Amino acid sequence: MKQFLAFVRKEFYHIFRDRRTLFILLGMPVVQIILFGFALTNEVKNSKIAILDMAKDETAHTLIDQLNASRYFDIVEYLQSYDEVETAFRTGKVRMAVVLPAGFGRDLEHLHQAQVQLLADASDPNVANTLTNYAGSIVRDFQDGLLKGQQLPYRINAEVRMLYNPQLKGAYSFVPGVMAMVLMLVCTLMTAITIVREKEMGTMEIMLVSPLKPMLIIVAKAVPYLLLSAINISSILLLSVFVLDVPINGSLLLLVGESLLFTLTCLAFGLLISASTSSQQTAMFISLTGMFLPTVMLSGFMFPIENMPLPLQVISHAVPARWFYQIVRNVMIKGTGLETIWKETLILLGMMLLLTTLAVKKFKIRLA
Amino acid sequence: MEMEKVIEVKQLSKRFGNFTAVDAITFDVYKGEIFGFLGANGAGKTTAMRMLSGLSVPSSGEAKVAGFDVYRQTELIKRHIGYMSQRFSLYEDLTVRENIRFYAGIYGMSDAFIRDKTASLLQQLHMEAEAGKLVKSLPLGWKQKLAFSVAIFHEPQIVFLDEPTGGVDPVTRREFWNLIYEAAASGITVFVTTHYMDEAEYCSRVSIMVDGRMDALGTPAELKKQFDAASMDEVFLRLARKAVRTAD
Repeated sequence: MKQFLAFVRKEFYHIFRDRRTLFILLGMPVVQIILFGFALTNEVKNSKIAILDMAKDETAHTLIDQLNASRYFDIVEYLQSYDEVETAFRTGKVRMAVVLPAGFGRDLEHLHQAQVQLLADASDPNVANTLTNYAGSIVRDFQDGLLKGQQLPYRINAEVRMLYNPQLKGAYSFVPGVMAMVLMLVCTLMTAITIVREKEMGTMEIMLVSPLKPMLIIVAKAVPYLLLSAINISSILLLSVFVLDVPINGSLLLLVGESLLFTLTCLAFGLLISASTSSQQTAMFISLTGMFLPTVMLSGFMFPIENMPLPLQVISHAVPARWFYQIVRNVMIKGTGLETIWKETLILLGMMLLLTTLAVKKFKIRLA
Repeated sequence: MEMEKVIEVKQLSKRFGNFTAVDAITFDVYKGEIFGFLGANGAGKTTAMRMLSGLSVPSSGEAKVAGFDVYRQTELIKRHIGYMSQRFSLYEDLTVRENIRFYAGIYGMSDAFIRDKTASLLQQLHMEAEAGKLVKSLPLGWKQKLAFSVAIFHEPQIVFLDEPTGGVDPVTRREFWNLIYEAAASGITVFVTTHYMDEAEYCSRVSIMVDGRMDALGTPAELKKQFDAASMDEVFLRLARKAVRTAD
C-alpha cells in the first residue's frame, strides 16, 4: 500500500508539473461544451430573406407580414422583378427569397389554389433545408387561418410532437458526444503516453527490477487519470445543466456509474496501446486514429449511424463510444433506467474486461 | 579464508527458439566484490543480467542471487538487489528529493528511514542546496552519481550496473568509480558491465563473454598474464575477435 501511494504521488507530480497539459485536460471539456453550446448550433434565427411580391394584394400582404413577424426571418429586401432574385443571392445579401406570383389572392379566392415559390441558397444545404421548412410551416399556418370556419370534405392533420427535446436543442445530442470524446482523450491518450514515456526514459526497467508488482504499476498509473476524468465528468454535467439547460432526466447515480465504466474501458485501451508500443509518437498516433476518430465519426454523435454504408455500420459496433453515447442519451435525455440500457452496458463491460485482459497479458509477456 | 558467495551460477543458459543467447555459464561472485561483466554487444551480457535480476526465466541451469533461487524466488531477489541502467533513470520533472522519495517508496522503506538517509546522502554528495531542484537542471555527472546513490538507497546486497558511465567525461567517471569503491567497501557487491577497458582494470575480478559463453574469468592481473597481454584492452580484443556472432 505504501509503495502504491509513493507511486501515485509521483504520478501527480508529473501531472502538476506539466501545467500546460493539465490546463488543456481540465479546460478542454469546458471549451468544448461552450463551443458546441453557443457557436455550433443548427438553429437558424433572423435569417435575411427577400420578397418578390408580384401580387400586391391584401392576401399577399398578410402572408408577408406573418413571415416578417417570425423570429426566424428578417425581410431585408423587396424585389421588383425575377432578375433581381439572382442578384440578391449572388451578392450574398439573402439566404432565401419568397416569390408571390401575380394574382395570388385572386387565385386563392376563386380557384381555391395558389402558388408560393421558395428559393433558397443551397450552397449550405442544411441551412437551406431548415429555412424552407420554417417558411413552409408559416405558409401552412396561414392557410389554416384562411380555412377557419370552413369545412373541408377530407382533411388529415399530422400532429408532430418532438419527444424528449421539444425545442430541438443541439445540446441534447452533443453533451453525450463531448463526454465520450473528452473521457477518451484523457484516459486513452494520456494513459498510453504516460506509460510509454517511462519506457522511453528507461525508468520502466527500474520499476520492473524493483519489488513492485506489474499490476500495481498499471493501477497506479491509471488512478490519477481516473480522478481527472471524474473532475471532467462533473464539469461537463454541471455546465450542461446550469449553462445549457440540458436536464438530467434519469438517475444521476446511474449516469455517473456508466461514465466510470466507459472511463475504465478507455483506460484499458490506453494500457493496451502502451503495452504494444515503445515510443510516445506511435502511442499518440494509435490513440488518435484508433480511438479518437472512430469516436467522433462512428459513435452516432456527429453522423447518424443509420445513414452509414453497411460496412461502417458494422465497424461502429466495435467503437465503445457508440454504446456509451446511446447510454448517456437514454439516461440523461430520455430519463430511462437500467432496463433499457442493460444491453449496451453489458457490451461496454465486455469490452472493458477484454481490453484489460489483453493489456495485462501483453504487459506480462514483455516482462518474460 | 572462505569468502561468502552472493551470486552462484551453474551452467545457466537461456535459449530463444534455436538461438542460445547465454550458453551454460558458470561463476560465483563474492560479497563486497566489484565484478566486471564484459563482452561485445550481442555477447549475451544483458540476457544474463536479466536472468540474475529476476526479469527473465532461465532455460536451464541453476543460479542463486543473494541466496535466493532465480526460478522460484524472483520477488525476494528483487527486494535485495539494486539496479542502474545505461540510461540514467531519474525523473527529470521531479526534484532530487522527490526522486529519492519515490524510489525509496517503491522499495517500501519507512518514512523515518527515508528522511534520515536522504539527509546523509545529500550531505555525502554535497547536494544539499540542490535537493529542491528539478533533476533536469543538474549536470549529467551529478545525475549519474545521484542515480547510483538512489539505486543503493535501500541498502541492497548486490547492485547491478548496466554500462553506468556511458557518455560522461573521464573526470566524472573517476568520481563515479569512487562511489562504487565506497559502496563495495560498505559491503555492497557491485556487478558492473562496461565498454571502458580502463574501468575493467578497477574491478576486483573480470569476466568476458563471447558468443554467450564465458571465455575468461579472473583478476585483471591474472587475465593479462593468461593471455600474455599488456592491458585489459588487449585481452578483450583477443577474445572478442574470436566471436562468430555479429553485434545486434
